[in-house]
Amino acid sequence: MLSLSHYLILGAILFSIGVMGIFLNRKNLIVLLMAIELMLLAVNINFIAFSHYMNDIAGQVFVFFILAVAAAESAIGLAILIAMFRNLGTIHVDDLDSLKG
Amino acid sequence: MEFKTCVFYFLSTILVLAALRVVTARNPVHAALYLVLAFFNAGGIWLLLSAEFLAVVLVMVYIGAVMVLFLFVVMMLDIDFKKLREGFWRYLPMGATVGGLLAVEMALVLGGRYFGLDAMPEPAAKAADYSNTQELGRVLYTEYAYPFELAAFVLLIAMVAAVSLTLRRRRASKYIAPEVQVAARHEERMTLVKMAAEKKKPAGDEAAEAGAGGGR
Repeated sequence: MLSLSHYLILGAILFSIGVMGIFLNRKNLIVLLMAIELMLLAVNINFIAFSHYMNDIAGQVFVFFILAVAAAESAIGLAILIAMFRNLGTIHVDDLDSLKG
Repeated sequence: MEFKTCVFYFLSTILVLAALRVVTARNPVHAALYLVLAFFNAGGIWLLLSAEFLAVVLVMVYIGAVMVLFLFVVMMLDIDFKKLREGFWRYLPMGATVGGLLAVEMALVLGGRYFGLDAMPEPAAKAADYSNTQELGRVLYTEYAYPFELAAFVLLIAMVAAVSLTLRRRRASKYIAPEVQVAARHEERMTLVKMAAEKKKPAGDEAAEAGAGGGR
């Protein structure tokens, strides 16, 4: 029988892979965005698992909103990426130092 | 092993492998395609959890729209992938350590004791005519009506922002600014100049003049 822990641990593994992806690809903005998507997916799996096992539809409603916000986030992220590539000719994270931060 | 358990392990194995390939792929196009695979398998797992509507939304919206947008952007930009991967092996031990620690810690907390079948028993199966979409819609349009409107607003703002960030005005195109067109007055449009009338001379005169003028 599948228990809630199965799904939660799957979500935990996915989230860790997302964190690892941010460490590994810290020069590449596109893969950074993809790693963020992976982490959001892990969070969504947790929400849906809890919603199923606690018999409460609110978790699924929340996943619905997360999907909407994540779609908006990736659209704006990619738009910024394109604008940056047009102006700087690169998406290398190390070249983004015009603010001298 | 029960059939559902088999399906779960099958889907989650592919999901984890695809996710690992997303973060380690050499080429971002491959990473995006592996991310599509990961999302698809996550959709399958959501079906196991009887969230049918969200599984279909994940496949349609995420794979159909967001990932295609990713692929589109990755293929449109001309990027030196070699340069982007430098430092990959240097950060691998650190990343693997942190990721592994995170996973182990979360697994320790989430393991059987508090979230096992004793603490959280499998809920009773829904009736055959139960509609997940209907239930979700009923809640979404009553209890969560304002957040729903807010989500629509967020999407609208995202659309406007994305367009305004990437819009490039073309100066080469020929167009007339409407305000200039409206502000024009008819006195400025046409000027009447007084000048003497020109008369065409007879043909004979012209030939004689050309002959005389040839020496000049």
